[in-house]
Amino acid sequence: MVRRASPIFLERRSYRRRRLVDAVRLLPFAGIAFFAVPILWPVQGGPSLAGRTAALFGGWIILILGAAMLARALGRPPPAGED
Amino acid sequence: MTAQSFVVPAALGYGALLFAIAALAEARARQGRARWLRGPWVYTLSLSVYCTAWTFYGAVGYAARSGLEFATIYLGPTLVMIGWWWGLRKLVRIARVQRITSIADLVSSRFGKSGPLGAGVTLLALVGTMPYIALQLQSLTVSFAVLGGDPRPAFEDLQAFALWAAAGLALFTILFGTRALDASERHHGVVTAIAVEAIVKLVALVAVGLFVTFEVLGGPGPAMARISASDLPAAVAPGRWVGIMALAAAAFLTLPRMFHVAVVENADEGHLRTASWAFPLYLFAMSLFVVPIAVAGLEALPPDANPDLFVLTLPMAAGREWLALLAFLGGFSAATSMVIVAALALATMVSNHIVVPMWLWSQGGGAALSGDVRRTTVLSRRVAIGAVLLLGWAYWRASDGGEALAAIGLVSFVGVAQILPALLGGIFWRGGTRWGAAAGLVTGFAVWSWTLFLPSFGDGIVPAAVMVDGPFAMGWLRPTSLFGLSGMDPVVHAFVLSMLLNSFAFVAVSLVTFPTPLERLQGAAFTGVFESRASGADDARGADPEALMVMAQRLLGPGRAQAFFRGWAARQGQDGYLPDPTPEFLMALERELAGSVGGATADAMMAQVMGRRAISVADLVAVADETAQVLEQSHALQLKTEEAERAARGLRDANAALTRLARQKDAFLGQISHELRTPMTSIRAFADILMSNDLSDAERARYAGTVHDEAMRLTRLLDDLLDLSVLENGQVRLNLAEARLDAVIDRALLAAGTHGLAVRRDPVDERVTLFTDADRLVQVFANLVTNVRKYCDAESPELRFEVRRRDAEVLVDVVDNGTGIAPADRTVIFEKFARLGDHAAAGGAGLGLAISREIMERLGGGIAYLPGQGGTAFRVRLPRRVAPAGHREAAE
Repeated sequence: MVRRASPIFLERRSYRRRRLVDAVRLLPFAGIAFFAVPILWPVQGGPSLAGRTAALFGGWIILILGAAMLARALGRPPPAGED
Repeated sequence: MTAQSFVVPAALGYGALLFAIAALAEARARQGRARWLRGPWVYTLSLSVYCTAWTFYGAVGYAARSGLEFATIYLGPTLVMIGWWWGLRKLVRIARVQRITSIADLVSSRFGKSGPLGAGVTLLALVGTMPYIALQLQSLTVSFAVLGGDPRPAFEDLQAFALWAAAGLALFTILFGTRALDASERHHGVVTAIAVEAIVKLVALVAVGLFVTFEVLGGPGPAMARISASDLPAAVAPGRWVGIMALAAAAFLTLPRMFHVAVVENADEGHLRTASWAFPLYLFAMSLFVVPIAVAGLEALPPDANPDLFVLTLPMAAGREWLALLAFLGGFSAATSMVIVAALALATMVSNHIVVPMWLWSQGGGAALSGDVRRTTVLSRRVAIGAVLLLGWAYWRASDGGEALAAIGLVSFVGVAQILPALLGGIFWRGGTRWGAAAGLVTGFAVWSWTLFLPSFGDGIVPAAVMVDGPFAMGWLRPTSLFGLSGMDPVVHAFVLSMLLNSFAFVAVSLVTFPTPLERLQGAAFTGVFESRASGADDARGADPEALMVMAQRLLGPGRAQAFFRGWAARQGQDGYLPDPTPEFLMALERELAGSVGGATADAMMAQVMGRRAISVADLVAVADETAQVLEQSHALQLKTEEAERAARGLRDANAALTRLARQKDAFLGQISHELRTPMTSIRAFADILMSNDLSDAERARYAGTVHDEAMRLTRLLDDLLDLSVLENGQVRLNLAEARLDAVIDRALLAAGTHGLAVRRDPVDERVTLFTDADRLVQVFANLVTNVRKYCDAESPELRFEVRRRDAEVLVDVVDNGTGIAPADRTVIFEKFARLGDHAAAGGAGLGLAISREIMERLGGGIAYLPGQGGTAFRVRLPRRVAPAGHREAAE
């Protein structure tokens, strides 16, 4: 986070951790994209209400699992050489 | 015996259980055994105050009317939590660093600790939350009546229950919400009770959901078929889908109660990591069975049944009364937890941003020093809690319990969402100014009132003609289609327009106005909270540390204030209780105070004491100059320079100390010669007189007496000098034994004599057993008492002993009611031969305090002047057990 000239090459673990933070930051955008899908469903026809409900809740739980996995990975002690 | 007859006992019993849980949690927290209470799971569960009775009962009704759209209320917060790295993490960090007490405090602190801005946000939150509290009372009372066997309760029958419920909730909130004055401290009792309620409402809703899925709908497979076959709309309205999701996300951040549990009560940033997925999971579980319950209700219940009560009426219709009772308790939990946290958050805001500032202003300039701020703050917070609940109840009564209340949830959301532009603009954009924030808030509030809030009252407030044709027949001002934006859903219309105009006003006015130094400082501190660095600047001259201490004691309580001041004095490398008023110290003090009364009030109080604002332009330049960012690039170089400077400063200090010691030695020799010479001169003179023969017996006796007195004084002086030299060289042998503090003080008073002195003591506090050298301790106290007798200039001198135990130490404060010692003299009183004022009155050599200090150091404690106590006050610090000499030296 500190605005400082950062080295171009990082140790492998620091590099991993930074990409992990990237994933944490990007996840909500994936969520927004997914939760926008219902507005594309046709008013007439298309999947049934049960199917739509299942799709919404299925995607929702996948998003939560993704967040949980990232949170766990982020919770491991940071590598010594971070930043 | 049916479950129906258990409704009243169940509600009462559950309420009592909450009180017990809260009390137990408080007790455990006090014993320091509450680590798990502050874990990530309790934090996650406490976030569930988002799920109110409106979502507990209303989500099913929402689904019965609009299909899947109900889920947007939960999807918005899910996105906020999953995106914690962007927003919540920063809010939590800022709140911790700045000791933020509420969302009004955050906005006010960010924009230069502006009082009016804090009051404005508070009013907005009050207006937005009051209907919501009324809605909770409504659902409490209706569910109570329905479960009691009255499917269409008359409004009049509900009133008594509503009033009792409001009173009970007020009592709970006052009891467990205002125990700690520091609003940024954690309320263990409240949070734990909320967490328990979170579990109850989840279990209740899931139980009803399982019952409906497996019993009413015949298992998951048939349930899916019947969902598809139901009348529920399959398609969603795109505008409402996106609009309400965004609205729920905005409200999740800005609702006062959400801000309170998510940001203010957060004990550890790391908890966000767990909550980022665990809270969405909670929301997922809360909404999983909503659609099945709605479908089953529409199928199984008569067509005129209220869908908002399906959760309760479905089990009742199937004869599952115990399940219905559980559902009732779930709704009860949802309603009560919302009301408790909302009342707590609002009361803190009202007290810190409206009542206390007005009280300070009405008391004139000296209130920060003389008034009882602490009591006023706690009292105003308690009264505010009562007032908030009373207002909620009054709103509920005025609404006649009509169906209109059910729609108020989203109306409230749009209202509090108006804080969002100022909030996000404040933490991400340095350019935001307080005029911009005020303009945004006022614009948003006006648009919201006109397009949504006032129309929600029906014809009573906005006439039908205005709704159709606009005010004065200006069609473009019609509430539901402002600027001709017709055909939109009213809520989405109001939300989109108000947010757009609000943000536009905020940005535009911010761009053309200029921030004050304090605003720029706070702006830099807020937006750059993850890059904050230590700052140093010149002394902020003009601040009187003692006055600051008096004020801090009134607000934080003496113990905490003294510990805070002492800590800072120690950090600055000083002895005693008064640190230099550096900008760093002043900012830290202000933050500490802000934790109790909010940023704007703390700033105003500091300004009262110091005669100006704590932060000047010069401080700003030193602390937050934008050029400091350039300096950061040469960070390493700077570190090295600092290290060299530190070493040089160390050498300079050592040199100064040596020079001072040499000077002191010379002065000591001079003084000692003088002290010895004075009695010697008079002894010699009187001896000369005695040698002449023409004296009467009476005269001879008188002169001999004078010689004797002077010789005694000389002996005393030599004794003292010897004593001091023994102590200083560490050759003293301590007679360590068990001794009672009260006995020590008794002996000291006897030795010093208490004639004409009123002594106040507390026998209970003094009942401490010490392992120490009692004779030496008596010497110290006797010396202090003697000093009071000699120097106390009050008409009727009074002496107070205050004993306090702290860990392995005992603190004895010896305080008199005189005028105290002038600040300039405080540094010299512990020096040898230091006597202030009239020497003749003293009659001692001026070694007493120097000896006392040496004794206390030998005993492993200390003695210091304690400022800000009214008269002269000394604090004697004693270890309960003095380590035997061998151990001590080994430790050294």
